[in-house]
Amino acid sequence: MNDATMNNALMSNVKTTTKADVMTESKISAKNVQVFYGEKHAIKDVNIEIRPRSVTAFIGPSGCGKSTFLRCINRMNDTIDICRVEGDIAIDGENVYDPKVDPVQLRAKVGMVFQKPNPFPKTIYENVAYGPRIHGLARKKSEMDEIVATSLQKAGLWNEVKDRLDAPGTGLSGGQQQRLCIARAVAVSPEVILMDEPCSALDPIATAKVEELIHELRENYTIVIVTHSMQQAARVSQRTAMFHLGELVEEDDTDKMFTNPNDQRTQDYIMGRFG
Amino acid sequence: MTNSHITSAYDEELKYLTRRISEMGGLAEQMAADAVRALVTGDAALAQKVISEDVVLDNAEREIIDKAVVTIAKRQPMAADLREIMGAIRIAADLERVGDLGKNNAKRVIAIQQSGVPRALARGLEHLSELALMQLKEVLDVYATRSAQKAESIRDRDEEIDAMYTSLFRELLTYMMEDPRNITPCTHLLFCAKNLERIGDHATNIAESIYYITTGYQPEGERPKHDDSVSVAVTPDA
Ligand SMILES: Nc1ncnc2c1ncn2[C@@H]1O[C@H](COP(=O)(O)OP(=O)(O)O)[C@@H](O)[C@H]1O
Ligand SMILES: [Mg+2]
Repeated sequence: MNDATMNNALMSNVKTTTKADVMTESKISAKNVQVFYGEKHAIKDVNIEIRPRSVTAFIGPSGCGKSTFLRCINRMNDTIDICRVEGDIAIDGENVYDPKVDPVQLRAKVGMVFQKPNPFPKTIYENVAYGPRIHGLARKKSEMDEIVATSLQKAGLWNEVKDRLDAPGTGLSGGQQQRLCIARAVAVSPEVILMDEPCSALDPIATAKVEELIHELRENYTIVIVTHSMQQAARVSQRTAMFHLGELVEEDDTDKMFTNPNDQRTQDYIMGRFG
Repeated sequence: MTNSHITSAYDEELKYLTRRISEMGGLAEQMAADAVRALVTGDAALAQKVISEDVVLDNAEREIIDKAVVTIAKRQPMAADLREIMGAIRIAADLERVGDLGKNNAKRVIAIQQSGVPRALARGLEHLSELALMQLKEVLDVYATRSAQKAESIRDRDEEIDAMYTSLFRELLTYMMEDPRNITPCTHLLFCAKNLERIGDHATNIAESIYYITTGYQPEGERPKHDDSVSVAVTPDA
């Protein structure tokens, strides 16, 4: 795909989402989602509505399918050969598994941040500029400079790196690298940001900075975060979904989930009891 | 219903809190009962014992708070565990207050001793004390069994105590009017009665805490409150 068609695809995406935004209450709507890895049934009939401009936390024991379900949202599972996804996932009412949807475009609209910060072995500037460049978001150098600066500002990293944009991204501390990855995701103007345990490799200070960032990003983005820290889920999210053995056990307001959840499996999990 | 924690030390910490609460409850109940017995029988030695026991409850409350805070810091409790710990802190405060009220009644024994307590009034006071202590005893049993339903019914019964208190209040005023020499003992008895009524209130608070611990919801609606003594007036020609 050349730059022009990319641009067109992107523009059409933007238009339709604006229209649908008005029409639907939930940003992401998953219906009867099943995921298989070969014979293994990893996600079992999951239905969930994810609200726009809010943070939804996915919790549950290791291997319960949080990452698998998260990857369904931006079709990252497509890259796994044995993985098969059934059911519907719609963003702003548009099925992301529609054959017309270009996964590359989808992943710009639905950004992702991983557990281990994974900056490219390039400069800080290039890490952020990479996405906008392949998506043709800047026509000239000054526009790109602008995108890089605002993205780094949104990721709360600008003041720490503005004097060394040519330094390698890999030379930053772990926490800074993670915020650089968030800046990279933000740079392509996504609507949704998926985060898979974004703080598990970070110390408490760096974690607090990322959490503060999530809090700020919430105003403009729909955020879904997988976390193993109950306290983190309680702190950053408005809604919490509990997964267990591939099933969505319950989903509710975060305040309710951590003070008085309905399901015994949720109770046992968040209280650290044998289930 | 509740499974054990994966970290067994966490279970021990929570068990410690419940055990200390039960101990506090037992002592507070005993103190309140002894104080009334000392009043009615004019037993200064028993009154002295009650007064000296108060410090035990004060210390127990402090220890419960210290342990609860450490547990919160260490375990970052969630859901029922968090409610359990918050509930323990609240209940300990209520029981400490029950101890204070028992002690206050005991302190009045000396003042009343000289004049003695008229038999009829003693009976009224005993009756009120029975109701309040029954309320306290039951609520402590409910703390052990965690029945939300029973906690709710105890809360609803506070009315009886309030009605009993109001009638005793009226009676005491009448006595005072009959003979000015009754004023000193009756005024003390008025405070004693009020203290007992407040012990009932603390029992009700505890019932509400238990309800919250078990269900995660605050009990609904206003609790019944009928202290009509605020509007009682007895005139000499009545
Ligand atoms: N690429 C894969 N190939 C085969 N099985 C996988 C793959 N990824 C995950 N699984 C399996 O799917 C289940 C859910 O895994 P995952 O989504 O990673 O769980 P979580 O993120 O909740 O820890 C697990 O049983 C896991 O072993
Ligand atoms: Mg995972």
